[in-house]
Amino acid sequence: MASLKEMRNRIGSVKATQKITKAMQMVAAAKLRKAQDAAQNARPYAERMAAVIANLASGVSGDGAPKLLVGTGSDRRHLVVVATSDRGLAGGFNSSIVRAARERISSLLAEGKDVRVLTIGRKARDQLRRFYGDRSVGAFEAGGNPSLTVAEEVSAKIRELFEAGEVDVVSLVFSRFKSVVSQTPTVTRLIPAEVAAGGEAVDLKGAAYEYEPDEAAILEELLPRNITTQLFSAMLENQAGFFAAQMTAMDNATRNAGDMIASLTLQYNRSRQAQITKELIEIISGAEAI
Amino acid sequence: MAEKLHFSLVSPQRELFSGLVDQVDAPGAEGDFGVLANHAPFMTALREGQLRVHNNGQVTVYDIRGGFADVTPEGLTVLAEHATEAV
Repeated sequence: MASLKEMRNRIGSVKATQKITKAMQMVAAAKLRKAQDAAQNARPYAERMAAVIANLASGVSGDGAPKLLVGTGSDRRHLVVVATSDRGLAGGFNSSIVRAARERISSLLAEGKDVRVLTIGRKARDQLRRFYGDRSVGAFEAGGNPSLTVAEEVSAKIRELFEAGEVDVVSLVFSRFKSVVSQTPTVTRLIPAEVAAGGEAVDLKGAAYEYEPDEAAILEELLPRNITTQLFSAMLENQAGFFAAQMTAMDNATRNAGDMIASLTLQYNRSRQAQITKELIEIISGAEAI
Repeated sequence: MAEKLHFSLVSPQRELFSGLVDQVDAPGAEGDFGVLANHAPFMTALREGQLRVHNNGQVTVYDIRGGFADVTPEGLTVLAEHATEAV
């Protein structure tokens, strides 16, 4: 049985922890709102980009089509890009992304493919290094707020690998932000470009599209940008999901700390009263003995 | 001018403008061009430069860098890598 002083200290430390988790929860809630807005604001660009590409893709085919769109014709060498956050303390947020990535990688390995790994975010790097350290081709930090600069760097790295002929298929694992309570790890394909299914071409009312300079040149420029855009929006979704997960995790932690304080206080009061009773009995029986 | 053109300007960060305007002048890769309502379907890369949006006699200018203009019967969409409203 712990002494009364020890129990007082224990209660004090749990209270201090609760203050920290409470503060973290409120900070995450405030940042979540900002991250959600950022993700929302980026959506129109990504959607238009996808629509334009779907439109162009229906026009080009055959040998002249850019490799970024149709692939190299082989699917032996895979690059898996895993995006997480830099920081932890967000419940199972990063672990679930990493788990999805590992499932994907092991199923590719089981099929006999050659797999390389590229990570964005410190957590992905740290958690995957143990398993696939020898397959890593690079690690980027996500940085505080998702920035287009990081997305551009990663995109450039991916294209460099692709153009050097080191990878055939590139996929991206991140967490899609569905709502504050639900984020799902998602796998999408970056190369060959995933053309929106059911993305019907715009009705041109009989007129033909005119291109300046020409279709191929435009696609050539648009496809790399599309990769950047997809990376950027994945990072934005991750950021929003991260704060949502952190908010939930910290809310739970605050509640647990509250429960703990209640049960410790009860225990403390009981032993305090037991001790007082014991002292009284000692005094009374001492007085009676005289 | 009777008919209006539906114009939207989006950058990766946000949608800067979306609505009906009279005319948009844009710096195309192979020369500047203007778009009015019912323009023929047209798509081009954009140079770095200024995008001028005319509406009700007023002109709003945006500085844009790297992007595309897509004209469909539904309107004009400009996807710009970087876009800011010029002051």
